[in-house]
Amino acid sequence: MHPSTLVLRRRTRTLSGPAVIRWALIGAALLFLAVFLLVPLVAVFTFAFQKGWAAYVAAISAPEALSAMRLTLTAAVIAVPLNLVFGLAAAWLIARFRFPGRSLLITLIDLPFSVSPVIAGLIFVLLFGRQGWLGPWLAEHDLQVIFAVPGIVLATVFVTFPFVAREVLPVMQAQGSDEEEAALTLGASGWRTFWRVTLPKVKWGVLYGVILCNARAMGEFGAVSVVSGHVRGITTTLPLHAEILYNEYDFVGAFAVASLLTLLALVTLVVKKYVEWRSVAP
Amino acid sequence: MAVSSRRRVLPGFRLSLGFAWFYLGLIVLLPLSGLFLRTFTLTWAQFWETVTAPRALAAYQLTFGASFAAALVNVVFGLLVAWVLVRYRFPGRDLVEALVDLPFALPTAVAGLTLTTLFSANGWYGRYLEALGLEVAYTSVGVAVALTFIGLPFVVRTVQPVLEDIDADVEEAAATLGATPWQTFTRVLFPSILPALLSGFTLAFARALGEYGSVVFISGNMPLRTEIVPLLIITRLEQYDYAGATAIAVVMLAASFSLLLAVNLLHRWSHRRLEARPGH
Repeated sequence: MHPSTLVLRRRTRTLSGPAVIRWALIGAALLFLAVFLLVPLVAVFTFAFQKGWAAYVAAISAPEALSAMRLTLTAAVIAVPLNLVFGLAAAWLIARFRFPGRSLLITLIDLPFSVSPVIAGLIFVLLFGRQGWLGPWLAEHDLQVIFAVPGIVLATVFVTFPFVAREVLPVMQAQGSDEEEAALTLGASGWRTFWRVTLPKVKWGVLYGVILCNARAMGEFGAVSVVSGHVRGITTTLPLHAEILYNEYDFVGAFAVASLLTLLALVTLVVKKYVEWRSVAP
Repeated sequence: MAVSSRRRVLPGFRLSLGFAWFYLGLIVLLPLSGLFLRTFTLTWAQFWETVTAPRALAAYQLTFGASFAAALVNVVFGLLVAWVLVRYRFPGRDLVEALVDLPFALPTAVAGLTLTTLFSANGWYGRYLEALGLEVAYTSVGVAVALTFIGLPFVVRTVQPVLEDIDADVEEAAATLGATPWQTFTRVLFPSILPALLSGFTLAFARALGEYGSVVFISGNMPLRTEIVPLLIITRLEQYDYAGATAIAVVMLAASFSLLLAVNLLHRWSHRRLEARPGH
């Protein structure tokens, strides 16, 4: 505690210069953040409640809004656990073993982040769409992936693929494997060791990855938009529902739905801060 | 030796190896390779004609230009925000610290709707900008504004840890030797944060290139004027021009992958610089 305070004092004297400059810099930064982040945040709720509480409740309890919520939850409930299992497996593999292709695997895990969401949707249309590779076969068996729920789930799984792996990996690498080796030497099985020793050690990393993964899964727009076909009440997630209402000039409705997604973002930020705080504190 | 004995002790190597590659292949690699295979259904001449059509060229120009401008704005303000957060204590600092990640957490469509409403002619910002003769919504400026929003955390979160790591001793030494604060900043601090700044720029730029949700509402979507590349891909797709959509997507993917490579190289460069510093 003391040394860092000291360092801070010293630094403040050396570089911050006169108080005028310090406050000018702080002021400029705060102004920029207010214009770009804070005001838009406040605006979402202001627009949503423009016509009062009743209109707000009516907008978010409309049948289409409720079915959009269901679909958004469905996509997240499938995508998050799948990517959680992958994230744990990939982190265990990369943190604990050296093998050929290891650095290639690390690079490839991040690949979905550098693919535009629209292209992420496109690749599934090319695979499963009517003119796609598997299109004729799917049509023969009366299965629909694109413009249907499976396509939305697939696109969501793709765009949220890296989150858990990339948050858990550094934590697992930092922890080392001495305790696991001890548990195994004492006769614990591999699974037992994983559940009882490994998982508790990396739990904050896992939680961090899961909330980021979930936020993206529920909020994804571009990829889902390409594969959805925008069938009202059937293949619209919450972000797509907000878009439809906005394009129909139903501003209050659009922002009421948007406010739900904004709350999700705020909860995500709060949990994220909590996890950061807990993982630093002993 | 240590590695091989560890491999014997810890279980799950084969299972996790098999599962990781299987899942990666199924979800990411297979679908992506389908995209590249699809372009082979075009001849080279067809491919070239599609990707250099006037409408495509206009879209590249807008997307790359607005992304570049937004990333530049983010370098300036991202550095400012990172600096203020690392160096100063002020009321509301914790709130600002949390708020910086908002663009990561907020669904892009919400950002798009909100920015469009704020910047449209009778919006909270738009009405004042209109009076100044500046149109933002439905112009290329609007595209850059949305991309600035999306890219901000990339620069802040890349520069912030590097700023935190810089020893006060270096600055003190410079000050003792008679440097003014400005000289200390440009000669001593700036060179150390340059690699991080470049990484942040590249990350923000790469993210902006593919961005769709936050831009599509504010851009106005006029072909040849305010149509971004991702929207052009969707338009081609809606016209059942799968080959055309694919060709343009391949061009964009090539750009994204080059940037990813650039980030990796920058990362290595900055690590080398850090390690080369005395005392490390």
